[in-house]
Amino acid sequence: MIRELEQYREVAPKGTIDFLYRLSDLVQDKRFLHISAVRYGGGMVEILRRIVPIMKAMGIEARWEVIAGTQEFTDVTRRITDGLQGREETITNEMYQTYLDVNARNAKVLNLDADLVFVHDPQPAALVDHRKGGKWVWRCHLDAGLPHRPVWSLFRRHVLKYDAAVFSLPGFAQRLPIPKFLLYPSIDPLTEKNRELSRAEITQVLDQFGIARGKPILLQVASFDRFKDQIGTIRAYRMAKKHHHCQLVLAGSGVAHDPEGEAVLAEVQQAAENDPDIHILQLPPEADREINALQRGATIVVQKALKEGFGVSVSEAMWKGKPVIGGTAGGVSTQIVDEATGFIVHSVEGAAFRIRYLLSNPSVMSRMGAMAKEHVRRNFLITRHLSDYFTILKILSSE
Amino acid sequence: MPTTDADTTFRFLGCSEIQEILGKQAVDERQLAELLEEVPLDSVYYHTHSYFLRSRFIERTYPNDFAQWVAQQLQDHVLAERLSVVDPFDFQSLEALREELISLIDDHLSGMRTVPRATFGTPFYFNRSRILEVPTGIEVQTLREFRDAISDVDSSAIYFHVFEAHLRLQREENDFSAWFRGSLKLPDLADRMKALNPYLGSLERLRSNMLTMCDEQLAKSGRG
Repeated sequence: MIRELEQYREVAPKGTIDFLYRLSDLVQDKRFLHISAVRYGGGMVEILRRIVPIMKAMGIEARWEVIAGTQEFTDVTRRITDGLQGREETITNEMYQTYLDVNARNAKVLNLDADLVFVHDPQPAALVDHRKGGKWVWRCHLDAGLPHRPVWSLFRRHVLKYDAAVFSLPGFAQRLPIPKFLLYPSIDPLTEKNRELSRAEITQVLDQFGIARGKPILLQVASFDRFKDQIGTIRAYRMAKKHHHCQLVLAGSGVAHDPEGEAVLAEVQQAAENDPDIHILQLPPEADREINALQRGATIVVQKALKEGFGVSVSEAMWKGKPVIGGTAGGVSTQIVDEATGFIVHSVEGAAFRIRYLLSNPSVMSRMGAMAKEHVRRNFLITRHLSDYFTILKILSSE
Repeated sequence: MPTTDADTTFRFLGCSEIQEILGKQAVDERQLAELLEEVPLDSVYYHTHSYFLRSRFIERTYPNDFAQWVAQQLQDHVLAERLSVVDPFDFQSLEALREELISLIDDHLSGMRTVPRATFGTPFYFNRSRILEVPTGIEVQTLREFRDAISDVDSSAIYFHVFEAHLRLQREENDFSAWFRGSLKLPDLADRMKALNPYLGSLERLRSNMLTMCDEQLAKSGRG
């Protein structure tokens, strides 16, 4: 019995944990190395922080290395990241050389020897130039579906040296002559952001933000970014409000030192027109418990972004048994089963209509919420992610 | 059959799937037919079969990815219904299934003035999967043991012994019915299990139907 894995037995689907033990038998003593640019911050590293120790405990030689960089390197890789996501960026020869030099320096000090090397995102991707043995996979967590071409051309030469690439959605991938796999992100049900909370804990957070308890709560959790379309959500809320006495909570991370975020926040505040039933919350990055409580306290969760990555916050809300009304951007519609766990909508009016429909049909809401939780249990929990890693490790290291 | 041996033991094999993106995408029904013609058969299998592995709990409106996309993204419910009625259970090979799907789309398009297109929706992405067989460690020798095992085994084992056995591994019948027939000498139960159409529901529904069959058989033979 592996304690690190056993703690998921209560939350994973029946049979999953035993199946994972069997799956791990197939990859005993394999060496699995993850390389990323950071060890803290973001969904990907949260999952790695949990998965690597589980794998180790299960007899796999799993390691996780983090590259060291410089301020110039951080600036260049931010440009590369933005460029891969479609923003017009210029990478000068000098910048590119910085990128190569830092990767080369890291290659000298890191132990890159493994049966499978998983390199996460663009920052450490050029380490592949120094590969020794084993299979190398580039794990792209970005939406690289419509990159800025010059940046992609520059970067593509590194990707071609990998044995495979992994994307979060088919639409996030580029044409490549190497195999491309699909691996959905996941959530960890035992973290502060997703663990069960008592009624008292939820109430305390709602009270802290002055959110009334007797009125249905519509919630959108998203950064203050134009693509998240908080203003569209306010419009949908207003249409629904004509028929239902409800309130709207727009929660996002703080916008300090982010001029674009500040501008969006100001627009959202203006659109709210001092409506006492609209709560605009700027939360610090570590506000996991607060987000958990808001999601659990919500009646309906709305995720109506115009542009989105995978949008794993949809799964977080579904895990808390909430119906989610979401748009078609990114991975939102991959997580919602339309008309079963929530609704996929294409307009502000569509969102308003579905909000009204759900508020008028509480039994539908609870049925959808229950289905949503079960759907996430089977498809978007860390246990499924672990199974994917074991499978890819076995398949690629045996080729 | 690889899951049994002379002492009539049935060994459950589960499976794990990794999805591979083929990089081919259709934005309208004509392209869907054209690409269906050229993608590997593994992709036809993926969109009509491993769909069940990915939807273990929720039964979607349409039983394959093609029908689901046509309905959801193109809003062409006529073609969606026609595609959903194609039952892979009726086809002996994936090639025959592919031909039927293509001819159905072509026939539908011949009566359309415009080709339905995903103007606002997402394209159809062709994928395929790589399946890894995973021994579950569960072995049974009697119908009672089988019944107890099937109620708890990971649903991927049901998928493997029913879906994989039929088309991808080209076995004449699913592994369960073959075992009932060959090892337990229960031809009636084997026939009922073989006739069970797995395409009309989810893996959980299939599990439930199989449990009912086993319970009925156990009751009949006084061992229930």
